[in-house]
Amino acid sequence: MKKDDLCISNKTFSSRLLVGTGKYKDEIEALKSIEISGAEIVTVAVRRIDFSNKNSQSILDFISPDKFTILPNTAGSYNVKDAVRMAKLGREILGGEELVKLEVLNDPETLLPNMDMTIKAAEILVKENFDVMVYCTSDYESCKKLEDLGCVSIMPLAAPIGSGLGIIEPDKIQRIIDSVSVPVIIDAGIGTASDASIAMEMGADAVLLNTAIAKSKNPLDMAMSMKLAVQSGRLSFKSGRIPKSNASPSSPLSGIIES
Amino acid sequence: MKIFVNGTPTEIPLDLNIYMLLDQLDVQKKHIAIEINENIIFKTDWESTKLEEGDKIEIVKAIGGG
Repeated sequence: MKKDDLCISNKTFSSRLLVGTGKYKDEIEALKSIEISGAEIVTVAVRRIDFSNKNSQSILDFISPDKFTILPNTAGSYNVKDAVRMAKLGREILGGEELVKLEVLNDPETLLPNMDMTIKAAEILVKENFDVMVYCTSDYESCKKLEDLGCVSIMPLAAPIGSGLGIIEPDKIQRIIDSVSVPVIIDAGIGTASDASIAMEMGADAVLLNTAIAKSKNPLDMAMSMKLAVQSGRLSFKSGRIPKSNASPSSPLSGIIES
Repeated sequence: MKIFVNGTPTEIPLDLNIYMLLDQLDVQKKHIAIEINENIIFKTDWESTKLEEGDKIEIVKAIGGG
């Protein structure tokens, strides 16, 4: 099988599955699941240290930046200023790493991205030399704008964060995949393995998910399932599916026995 | 003097730099970031940065997230 690396901002990755580290029972389960998933890029959030809990360790004590590419997010931002602040804090935590997952949301209920603010924040962060991987809606114009601004990956949602609904607007996602030249990563809303496979079969460059593994009944097995689903979908895309058509027999029509 | 650490009013001695504050709070110094009044203080400046009355300090780390 030919090498088929994912390239983001001059870095290459053999896995096309990116995973989050939230919602796990504990850090040990998170680490085991992530290792099984084969993911190389792993997202984290930035939050205040809780001084009432002296023993609280950092997620990075378990998920080592020496082993994984850590992608700090700006989750919890509902305006441009907070998103930029959060990105800078994330970069500082990681000792100057430039990759950031930008997300600026409308509200805590729908968790849908606010594209006006996302575009403004992306513009600032690109100017500040961040490699911006941007969480966004499947709005074509916004995605093109984000690409033009210099984002290194466009990450439209399959469905709202944590919803597990799968790809709810496939036509819009397909148009983005077909017209954006930086990697398109389907982020959020994946519920099960087939959702991830479908995204990859559509030609997405990668899939980013968290809840689908972390909140499944058996995260370790689901992590393997997602790894295989992404690989399977990618192979299927590269192999080229047959066109949908009327029935056509797989066995020859000649030489059939007579009654 | 009084400063605010992650939103909580905190009494500290005069002439404390960031390293000393972290020791006082018993915080591990790896993989954290610090802001004073919304400006990031780079690790290289922790030693030379003295805290002042009313400073708003944010001390953050990475946690699980998607």
